[in-house]
Amino acid sequence: MEFSMGNLQFYWEKDTVLDFYQKVADSNVEHVYLGESVCSKRRELRLDDWLEIGRELSKKGKSVVLSSLALLEAKSELATLKKVCLNGELKVEANDFGAVELLTEAKVPFVAGAALNIYNQHDLKVLLDRGMQRWVVPVELSRDWLVKIMAGCEELGIREKIETEVYGYGYLPLAYSARCFTARSEDRPKDQCGLCCIKYPDGRKIDSQEGLELFRMNGIQTMSGSIQNLINDLPSMAGLVDIVRMSPHSLEVFDWLDKFQQALDDNQRIPLQGYCNGYWHKIEGMKAI
Amino acid sequence: MELLSPAGSLPALKAAVDEGADAIYMGLKNDTNARHFAGLNFTDKTMTQGVNYAQDKNCRVHVAVNTFAHPDRSHAWFDAVKKTHDMGADVLIASNIAVLEYAATHYPELELHLSVQAAATNVAAINFFKQFGVSRVVLPRVLSYQQVANLAQDTDIELEVFAFGSLCIMAEGRCYLSSYMTGESPNTVGACSPAKFVRWEETDKGLESRLNDVLIDRFAEDENAGYPTLCKGRFNVEGDISHALEEPTSLNTLSLLPQLNNIGISALKIEGRQRSPAYTRQVTRTWRSAIDAMKKNPTEFQVQQEWNKCLSALSEGSQTTLGAYERTWQ
Repeated sequence: MEFSMGNLQFYWEKDTVLDFYQKVADSNVEHVYLGESVCSKRRELRLDDWLEIGRELSKKGKSVVLSSLALLEAKSELATLKKVCLNGELKVEANDFGAVELLTEAKVPFVAGAALNIYNQHDLKVLLDRGMQRWVVPVELSRDWLVKIMAGCEELGIREKIETEVYGYGYLPLAYSARCFTARSEDRPKDQCGLCCIKYPDGRKIDSQEGLELFRMNGIQTMSGSIQNLINDLPSMAGLVDIVRMSPHSLEVFDWLDKFQQALDDNQRIPLQGYCNGYWHKIEGMKAI
Repeated sequence: MELLSPAGSLPALKAAVDEGADAIYMGLKNDTNARHFAGLNFTDKTMTQGVNYAQDKNCRVHVAVNTFAHPDRSHAWFDAVKKTHDMGADVLIASNIAVLEYAATHYPELELHLSVQAAATNVAAINFFKQFGVSRVVLPRVLSYQQVANLAQDTDIELEVFAFGSLCIMAEGRCYLSSYMTGESPNTVGACSPAKFVRWEETDKGLESRLNDVLIDRFAEDENAGYPTLCKGRFNVEGDISHALEEPTSLNTLSLLPQLNNIGISALKIEGRQRSPAYTRQVTRTWRSAIDAMKKNPTEFQVQQEWNKCLSALSEGSQTTLGAYERTWQ
């Protein structure tokens, strides 16, 4: 089992991002996802910057993938998506079927992102035929569901061709909207958002009136209120999952990467508090077992 | 421009047909469609009756098989496609690529529309789905009017938009808030914020609505208490209690009608298979009048007070909005 560093879901300043990837380069993570998947207005780094970071990481032996935007609305976003898909250097994570179309046309192999909604083996077969090399399981699916998909892949004779990645650590991307919730929370219209997301490097909390952490707003994206942490579930991923994704919201992710890698070796259970893992166990995503 | 009305039951279907809907859409009584609610939808028997009733009056029948096939019982979705075909329905509405591929290979003559649950918002995505023979795309409620107009110009495929009804504020099919809180979502069980998790409680602080024990909203005596759809609750953002995601409100695009017609939108969809036959009747009647008036005289078209009054009364929280069509909403 290997680990990946997911692309940044939050909006950070350029220097912070560059420092972050220096640490990624020095870490033991095998796979790295780069780029903007949430909001096209977030331009602290441009495509060329991401490609440059990608080159440096590749030199360090990392397998690098460029993530694409999940929700495309404006024509300009489609133009950017084309540049991302045809970047000529890095593999691409398709987070919208528009990206799948462009990548298939260009015969570029791709990773099918979690936002593509792959729920069964037949979906995987369709995408394999179009150049998919790896897929990321939709965040709401359980181990049980994954077992059934893999059994289905076995029946279709495609089990061996499927590389599977699961969100192991981090806030979960739960929804995308036309509305920018962060701008709205500051009473700003979306078109004059002032790029205010940059003030909230790990999002803005949405709690119930009784103080329960429900969600986290991150621009047009709504994320889980709790961090999902599947460290104690790693043994149950054996034979099912090839890559475990660490989704960063702070530098804590590096400590957890170490702990996850350690846990693979020593099989020790880590006491956890305040994290969730319900989805993996086929219950409410926000719950913990 | 076609008027497409919701039929959650046979009486609703008849109401829609009688009031002049050009087409109705329905689902089977199982989790293959995104309105899998107790007491709703069609059995084999009522579906046959419904198809006959509608087609006798030149009203087309669309069947939604628009959730995502489960890996261990994909046959249920494929059976639903077969049934749609065998019962003589005019159109299959689907979102899952497994279902689309099955329909395309087994029933290539069956007219195929891409469900809103597939969240196709751009030309490239639409081109991806064209390979399955999709002839119409139902657009998610995330695009502004201008973006819809651009899309209409850039693709030759038919476009259908939501005209009225409950407002889903997330890109449809890409929202897992419901399963995060309850374990069940539109994609996995065909329902958002399922009714079995809803609880109402009179307390000292007011009437409380809960979803799977989570407090969604608390109402003062003079407030309208709406269904606790979780994205429409009142939450706390750093001390500020508000509808942090969205207010309980419905989409109403009457004022956009001439423009939607001008850019060549093929069909207007009315949301609400979960609502009563009376709702279907009144909404269909109102939109029929509005579309007919607009067609008669597009340049002079004006929204009639009585139409808006009728629609507001049927809306969540009695409020309506243009939603994402209007940039200021976003």
